Amino acid sequence: MKKTMTFAAALLAASVLGGVASAKTLVYCSEASPANFDPGTTTGGNDFDASSRTVYSRLVEFKHGGTEVEPGLADKWEISDDGLVYTFHLHPGVKFQTTDYFKPTRDLNADDVVFSFDRQFNKENPWNGDKYLPNLTWDYYTGMDMPKYVAKWEKVDDLTVKLTLTEPNAPMLANLGMDFASIVSKEYADQLQKDGKMADFSTKPIGTGPFQFVDYQLDSVIRYAANPDYFKGKEKIDDLVFAITPDATARIQKVLAGECDVAPYPNPADIGTIKANKDVTLMDQAGLNIGYMSYNTTIPPLDKPEVRHALNQAIDREALIKSLFQDAGATPAENLIPPTMWSWNKDVKTDAYNPDEAKKVLEAAGLKEIQLWASDRVRPYNPNFQRAAELIQADWAKVGVKAEIVNYEWTKYRAEGKKKDRPGAFQIGWTGDNGDPDNFFATLFACSAIGVSNYSSWCDKDFEDLIQKAKKTSDQAERTKLYEQAQVIFAKQAPAFLLAHSQVYAVVRNNVSGFKMDPLGIHRFDGVDKAE
Amino acid sequence: MRTGRRNFGAAPFNSTMLRYLLNKIALLIPTLVGITICAFAFVRLLPGDPILAMAGEHGVAPARYEELKQQFGFDLPIWEQYARYVGEVATGDFGVSISSKRPVLEEFKTLFPATLELSFFAMIFAMVLGIPAGIFAAVKRGSWFDQSLMGTALVGYSMPIFWWGLLLIIFFSGYLGWTPVNGRIDLQYFFKPITGFMTIDTLIYGKWAAFRSVLRHLVLPTIVLGTIPLAVIARQTRSAMLEVLSEDYVRTARAKGLSSARVIGVHALRNALIPVVTTIGLQVSTLLAGAILTETIFSWPGIGRWMVESISKRDYVVVQSGLLLIALIVMAVNLIVDVLYAVINPRIRAA
Repeated sequence: MKKTMTFAAALLAASVLGGVASAKTLVYCSEASPANFDPGTTTGGNDFDASSRTVYSRLVEFKHGGTEVEPGLADKWEISDDGLVYTFHLHPGVKFQTTDYFKPTRDLNADDVVFSFDRQFNKENPWNGDKYLPNLTWDYYTGMDMPKYVAKWEKVDDLTVKLTLTEPNAPMLANLGMDFASIVSKEYADQLQKDGKMADFSTKPIGTGPFQFVDYQLDSVIRYAANPDYFKGKEKIDDLVFAITPDATARIQKVLAGECDVAPYPNPADIGTIKANKDVTLMDQAGLNIGYMSYNTTIPPLDKPEVRHALNQAIDREALIKSLFQDAGATPAENLIPPTMWSWNKDVKTDAYNPDEAKKVLEAAGLKEIQLWASDRVRPYNPNFQRAAELIQADWAKVGVKAEIVNYEWTKYRAEGKKKDRPGAFQIGWTGDNGDPDNFFATLFACSAIGVSNYSSWCDKDFEDLIQKAKKTSDQAERTKLYEQAQVIFAKQAPAFLLAHSQVYAVVRNNVSGFKMDPLGIHRFDGVDKAE
Repeated sequence: MRTGRRNFGAAPFNSTMLRYLLNKIALLIPTLVGITICAFAFVRLLPGDPILAMAGEHGVAPARYEELKQQFGFDLPIWEQYARYVGEVATGDFGVSISSKRPVLEEFKTLFPATLELSFFAMIFAMVLGIPAGIFAAVKRGSWFDQSLMGTALVGYSMPIFWWGLLLIIFFSGYLGWTPVNGRIDLQYFFKPITGFMTIDTLIYGKWAAFRSVLRHLVLPTIVLGTIPLAVIARQTRSAMLEVLSEDYVRTARAKGLSSARVIGVHALRNALIPVVTTIGLQVSTLLAGAILTETIFSWPGIGRWMVESISKRDYVVVQSGLLLIALIVMAVNLIVDVLYAVINPRIRAA
């Protein structure tokens, strides 16, 4: 009986879908299968492309193609003068998606918002633990220090939510635009709980986003349809299909053959082929990352800024980047943050290659030997630490500094490297989370991060004052100024050698319009259109 | 000297046969234990663990890491973790994936038909081309055909699947545009799977265009996955055939004045096929190993790709249970081949 039912349902689905042949379909060749469709429980960029950026929306959103925060489900918000209380006013009349597995009876309200966060930390919430899914870890909620900063979420009325913090933290707003902060439906959750089908919450998502979930064939194809009730207006494409294509070369062949319209992450070796094809466009952008090399600023003679500058000047950075990134290319870093991030200071320049000057300073300082750290891991911001170490070693040898390369396996490497008294120069990097400058400056160079992720053991009072003030200030223009100044100090003090921001690519067929590279490394299809 | 014909009759399922079978099954038990140990140990020997893999670039604070290790039970002594795993598997509980949170058995059942379908076509491809090629090579022994065929077989056997697959895609799909790049079916066709075998499902729905699309999608991965078995089968058929052709009964058959085709096709081939059947059985594990790469290149939603992705995510549960399930299948196939071998070759049964 059950078999016949499925069969009939399937036939129906097939015939219904067969009938809308004229629908505008956009095919995205994604790089990996999503773990599931609940963005609170996953961590991969491919997970988020398939769930949070398609099905869900958040209180605030990142500007399409930027890192600035703009209104999402919250039309506006107020932040109290002490920076502790955020009051969000929800857009009225926002509808959750209507699908064959859920029909909402009410609009989005404050209960949904409170529930979306409560489930991620409240052990009493039935959706927090094993009742929902086994071994939930809520990685991003804890990873972004939300438990530390959030005192409580409260419903004021149906369309007003209040968030109280334990201490002022301006990047909180950017956190609320992140994928884990997607707003889910409490009504849907309640219904599944009643029916004893809680696990469905992660496989049949319901949100308020631009596209609604239709079907997922494991490891193969995900289908979405435009959400007709989307509160920002129905999308121009009717159907969105993710064809999961793990091999990079095959992915590009698919775009070239017209089997898909957009594909991310081509192989560097294929970039020439792509550029030569007139039907597709290669889009690129500096990624939200930075590769750098931290000097331990507490150990003489590296405690002197001029010595650190001299070491930087001794490195032929252009040749280094070329050798490391090859065809893939990379944007040489002038600042710690990439140029796609707000507050990037365009007037700041990092040390230029000048071995003669470097040699003089280093001789005077008496620096003869230095440790140079490398690991075995390929990172997006540095594809080959060992090769980089060898090239830097050669450059330093030219100015009379003998570098000894220290090697460890990645996990041990980081554990040893972050020790306060680790000597020498340590190669490392960072990939950003929320597009907020604080996520780079404070995470990597705050005094409190020494022994954790401040590999330079650098604690500069002026820099620290600026970034702490920026963290507590909610006015964006004011924050921008503070971070711009912080970058000037960083360049003057040179606690690290800045390498590059690795380039991120996507291949798009020319009849697709409105697709933008996203500095946060996500792939969004709202606002995308396709000409026949 | 026996003649070939009698061997092919159905063997009576007698007590000797039963004992032979029980013997074979008993031998599987230590193999099974060995596999659980290997599957359990190998994935844990890799650097990193599922917690770190999930945390990604950000890393995880040491205190939180300890907390999570406890939650996952990774803080327990390793033998206790193993005992738990074996205990669960013994009761038919293959666990729940750490990354996707879906039951492993459910994922396996969803993905296995895709691998089976592809392997089936690859095997048919290898047999249909390999056996006749081997026969011709044996009959025309030493000719240019024999030489070049065996040379090609050696090349085929040594072909790196990844390179071969991409080469075919770039030439046939990219340059000529004859075949789709990858996937199982054109995206415009969308239906709920019934059996999970696309060739069968499209026929059940009666969608001819969809069925044709499935076949077109099968062409390249079938060739890529079937290449190594094809080479092995061709070589094996050739050498088995050569051996049989020198037997007395073949000479007798020829002497009786039977046509050359009848001698080769009936008398010689039937006997030569016995070692070929064994080879084909052994190629099942080659197919599953080849499926890992073939499925990755051709976006084929099967268990090979599933294993690779689970290893990179350090999803201990999927890797240890998935490997066990795959091993069970390979063992079952080998058992069937052994039985089949005994059926077609009474000398084995008697031994």
